[in-house]
Amino acid sequence: MFEYAPAPESRSIVTIEPTYGLFIDGEFVDGKGTFKTVSPASEEVLAEVAMAAPEDVDRAVAAARRAFGPWSALPGAERAKYLFRIARIIQERSRELAVLESLDNGKPIKESRDVDLPLVAAHFFYYAGWADKLAYAGFGGDPKPLGVAGQVIPWNFPLLMLAWKIAPALAAGNTVVLKPAETTPLSALFFADVCRQADLPPGVVNIITGAGDTGRYLVEHPDVDKVAFTGSTEVGRQIARSVAGTGKRLTLELGGKAANIVFDDAPIDQAVEGIVNGIFFNQGHVCCAGSRLLVQESIADELLASLKRRMATLRVGDPLDKNTDIGAINSRAQLEKITELSEIGSSEGAERWSPPCELPSRGFWFAPTIFTGVTQAHRIAREEIFGPVLSVLTFRTPEEAVEKANNTPYGLSAGIWSDKGSRILAVADKLRAGVVWANTFNKFDPTSPFGGYKESGYGREGGRHGLEAYLA
Amino acid sequence: MPKSAPTKTAKPAKIAAPTRLSVRKTYKLYVGGAFPRSESGRTYLVDGDNVALASRKDARDAVLAARKAQPKWASATAYNRGQVVYRVAEMVEARRSEFAALGIPADEVDAAIDRLIWYAGWSDKIAQVTGNANPVAGPFFNLSAPEPTGVVGVVAPASLLGLVSVVAPAIVTGNTVVVLAAGPQVAITFAEVLATSDVPGGVVNILTGRAAETAPWLASHDDVNALDLTAVTDPELAVELERAAAGTLKRVLRPAGETDFTADPGLRPMTALLETKTVWHPKGF
Repeated sequence: MFEYAPAPESRSIVTIEPTYGLFIDGEFVDGKGTFKTVSPASEEVLAEVAMAAPEDVDRAVAAARRAFGPWSALPGAERAKYLFRIARIIQERSRELAVLESLDNGKPIKESRDVDLPLVAAHFFYYAGWADKLAYAGFGGDPKPLGVAGQVIPWNFPLLMLAWKIAPALAAGNTVVLKPAETTPLSALFFADVCRQADLPPGVVNIITGAGDTGRYLVEHPDVDKVAFTGSTEVGRQIARSVAGTGKRLTLELGGKAANIVFDDAPIDQAVEGIVNGIFFNQGHVCCAGSRLLVQESIADELLASLKRRMATLRVGDPLDKNTDIGAINSRAQLEKITELSEIGSSEGAERWSPPCELPSRGFWFAPTIFTGVTQAHRIAREEIFGPVLSVLTFRTPEEAVEKANNTPYGLSAGIWSDKGSRILAVADKLRAGVVWANTFNKFDPTSPFGGYKESGYGREGGRHGLEAYLA
Repeated sequence: MPKSAPTKTAKPAKIAAPTRLSVRKTYKLYVGGAFPRSESGRTYLVDGDNVALASRKDARDAVLAARKAQPKWASATAYNRGQVVYRVAEMVEARRSEFAALGIPADEVDAAIDRLIWYAGWSDKIAQVTGNANPVAGPFFNLSAPEPTGVVGVVAPASLLGLVSVVAPAIVTGNTVVVLAAGPQVAITFAEVLATSDVPGGVVNILTGRAAETAPWLASHDDVNALDLTAVTDPELAVELERAAAGTLKRVLRPAGETDFTADPGLRPMTALLETKTVWHPKGF
């Protein structure tokens, strides 16, 4: 591996205040308690953030309810212009927000800068354009918003998940109360400032920070009309239970255990890049990560040798360094979960391998890891690890590949690597997964619907389809 | 220089001191991203301004420029084209006073800006509304998607809202246009907006002059793919142009009756200028 001098992105572009309140009705207000958010790369405390209590959630929902009438009554063209403004402000502040995101989340700056932030701006730009075209979207001639949306998002793509939730909700005329994840609240609070810069009417967007209890209180709030959640399948199940019978609309984007299927006619070098991207992008903190590699037996040795060579060139370290490929694990709790499941992988008989890799002494880190000799019964082949850990299985025929790929309660995404178009399309037809990438992986676009089959959740985010979740 | 009253020692001017003499704008054509005069050297008077009077050769030059710019513009991402059209809206907003000085009412400028915003949003949505996954009866992937038809000749109305309403749908879908403008000062001021809006040179070309003189050359031009005759008010000219367009089977957009540009334009201004491409591919292990 070439030795590179450190090339850190400057932190000076972002100013983090020592404390942040809740963003309710267009103002930052104090909550009852506070909690600290840390940089997972250094364990440095970045800020103290308000912990929203039930009465704070009540206030936020009430503000959203008050704002709903006038906001939904605005002509679509006017709502569009607010959203276009937000998209433009995000574009102009994108470097600042990228640095902030890498600090609070631990993801490499080259990902926050080149993937997260461009997609965030594009998502607002895309849904801005729908606000005055809802009648053309195919959901009836006079579609109506639902009301107040309670939205709870995860820590793996904090600002991008916010965009996926807020942009379509606002375009359709809803107002929102959004709770960012406990470990990554800062970019949502900066987004609150973006809303103020855009002169968005107070109450249309409310940001409440907190932990699981805050989220639970929000989704169970009787004056919330629509619940949108991205996170673990377990919490998704609890939310589905609590929403059941209330008449609230619900969309869930949950876990995954995606198969990345490599056939013997695949271009090996491209496939290796796709496998690396599929599982090590964002430290593997990706619900659609290609965490199960299914490789055709005849090319398994060649492919694995190539994959290990490539893994040895991955740079793990400072998220703000522009050469970093793999940043910090988002939290101590997540690191413990990854560590535990990896130990189970070894104890169940799979063979573990990581490249030689020096990890920083402070912060939360996990070396890129693969397990070979994995069977379908192994827990590392069945459970979502949500870290940079790949389980490798083999197959002999396309039928067997499909069988194994579908042998999971999840169904979020899948990858297919082959030079044969007809095979790709036939395999894609048989896969029970909401997104199928062929000869590529982890591609996202605001125009493209995303979401899962089976226990990976229901509803789609993105594209024309993404409007449906926010329209009556 | 700081402002100050004339000192007592200043000598009185022999000519009565005028207020500052203004610099007038010259209204030329807009072709290939530049502002050339008509190759014919002709001008005509409009509200006291000498305005370029475009010729047949100017029309041909404009078609060349439009054709040259078309492939790159069509291959730009829809997102990129949408942002460019949005930028045009930003720049019209910034130049409101210029349009006001040309007598355009504020509410018409508002409507023109909002029309640009409406079309900016269509760039990456028109395919989602007009395209299809087709469930053919066999093991085939079959997808239909729109593509731009190519170079569009546009006979434009005189108003700013009308001009924007015929140019935006053509370019947001990936076509390039040759516009025969009816209101030269407004059209060339709009050209100045385009020239400062990240619209690549040649995507929009604007000719001032007499549409009745230049339009037939566009209608019969072998390298023009479509004609927008929305603003042609003379029925005889319209029929003549439609007939000429038939020679190369140009797509012709000519809505019945007079177009109310303040109304929701619907999809027709875009779909009339789009082809549909359907791709088949077999499926099988």
